Amino acid sequence: MSLEQFKNRNVGTQNYTTLDVGTPPETGTDKFLQVIRRAVKGELFVGLWVVMRTMLQALFKNDMHTVKYPFEKLPISPRYRAIHDMLILLESGNYRCIGCGLCEKICISNCISMDTRYDENQRKEVSEYTINFGRCIFCGYCAEVCPELAIVHGPRYENASEQRAGFSLFEDMLTPIDKLNLQQEYDGFGAISPNADENIKQTPLAY
Amino acid sequence: METTLVENLPQVTAAGVIIKAVLILAIISALAGFGTFIERKVLAFMQRRLGPMHVGPYGLLQIAADGIKLFTKEDIVPQHANAFIFKIAPIITAATAFIALAAVPVFPDFTVPEFIPLLGGTFVPSIASDLNIGVLFVLGMMAAGLYGPLLAGMAQANKWGILGAARTAVQFLSYEVVTGLSILAPIMIVGSLSFVDFNNYQTAGVGSWMIWQQPVAFVLFLIAGFAETNRTPFDLLEHEAEVVSGYATEYSGMRWGMFFIGEYANMITISVIAAIVFLGGYDAASTFGWLTIMLKIAFFFFLMLWVRAAWPHVRPDQLMWLCWKVLMPIALLNILITALVLLG
Ligand code: SF4
Ligand code: SF4
Repeated sequence: MSLEQFKNRNVGTQNYTTLDVGTPPETGTDKFLQVIRRAVKGELFVGLWVVMRTMLQALFKNDMHTVKYPFEKLPISPRYRAIHDMLILLESGNYRCIGCGLCEKICISNCISMDTRYDENQRKEVSEYTINFGRCIFCGYCAEVCPELAIVHGPRYENASEQRAGFSLFEDMLTPIDKLNLQQEYDGFGAISPNADENIKQTPLAY
Repeated sequence: METTLVENLPQVTAAGVIIKAVLILAIISALAGFGTFIERKVLAFMQRRLGPMHVGPYGLLQIAADGIKLFTKEDIVPQHANAFIFKIAPIITAATAFIALAAVPVFPDFTVPEFIPLLGGTFVPSIASDLNIGVLFVLGMMAAGLYGPLLAGMAQANKWGILGAARTAVQFLSYEVVTGLSILAPIMIVGSLSFVDFNNYQTAGVGSWMIWQQPVAFVLFLIAGFAETNRTPFDLLEHEAEVVSGYATEYSGMRWGMFFIGEYANMITISVIAAIVFLGGYDAASTFGWLTIMLKIAFFFFLMLWVRAAWPHVRPDQLMWLCWKVLMPIALLNILITALVLLG
């Protein structure tokens, strides 16, 4: 099935095939015959074979679906909205944030608090920047509004903590300078993920 | 009536029987624990999972972890329960399951080496007690095991328990009939109720196995065996989706564990009976004869897990329908035909 066919949502124009499920038996004799037919048909053994095949594949072809979670992790979508990251400039190693305060303004749960000051060159610098993750709803507005693509959502989703409110400081979210080459660019909120086409699957209706 | 096999063997003493009984208790309860591990592993593989992995190599020590958990859990007796009956019910299940094993040949016979003090030279038989009505005794004991779930469900003052108890009575009593009738035909052919005689009847290789003479009885016995050991597709007694945990709802800790051990011991017993009565049993003459029966028992045990992974379970009314309207008439017909053939 091609993608175009799949995207066709006009009800009535698709080709549906109805399965022949027959009519349920009514008299006692019919019911008995149905049981006999089903018993002799060997469907139960098909069922046995299906699980046996799965077991053999799992054992000998390594077709195992278990993810040993804390040790292995499934890849997440690039657009997943988890704990924020502060990106830094690749060229200078300086942080990208210009202290404009837009993220603080737009945050609907008022959880970003920041302060700025002039440095010795009379340029604005961020003197304090925290996000209260006890309040953040991970809406992504801060990342969307940021003119410098400085604040983005990273892939860190394990945010269980011992306290109800966890605060992240600017330095915690900043890309460490030695991990600069690993810094991932972010297209901005609303951008489709790079593997969007692969993720489209046909709805599994045909068993 | 002494069976022929015993004559050329050393004298069975009381000490030997006691050693055997202790051995059965120790090994079968360990096997029951191991059975839970195997069950979890096999079910996991059949669903493309790994199963227990982290306690010990390949999760093998999971049994020990579970055992420690069961032993150290708080022992709760519900407020309105009949405490006495509530407490003895799991013992009935476990005890009857092990008593049934007394008349079943499990593990090869051997003589305790001479260098062991006190017991050296004692002959330990393969059967703790070679009754001449072995089959009857085992089936009767497994039937008596019905009182465990029944009393447990009625004593715990819990509606799920009552439902579980009612299902116990209905299911076990009905399928008792099918087990008895299905095994009657092989008994008529062999003409004895002793497991040793059954075994001796089938010593002439695979062709002499009872399953070729009595395929219908074999299938019926297997179906009824699944029902008697409360396995899927007949696990109505404690089906989680319907009656929470049935008769075991209010149980915790080791009392619950005893139900479990009893159930797994029953699975082993049914496997042993099926292996001896229908699949040729053990070969007492050869050295590795015992290995063959172990393999057969293991196969039946695996079959129970396999079926659990593959098949959905039936409704109680379907269970009754199957028992009284399908299995019992077929069993009766089978007996009738066997009798006619034997007479003719
Ligand atoms: S994701 Fe939303 S709630 Fe969280 S800090 Fe950004 S704007 Fe505020
Ligand atoms: S919107 Fe971006 S540049 Fe502006 S203060 Fe927030 S993080 Fe810094």
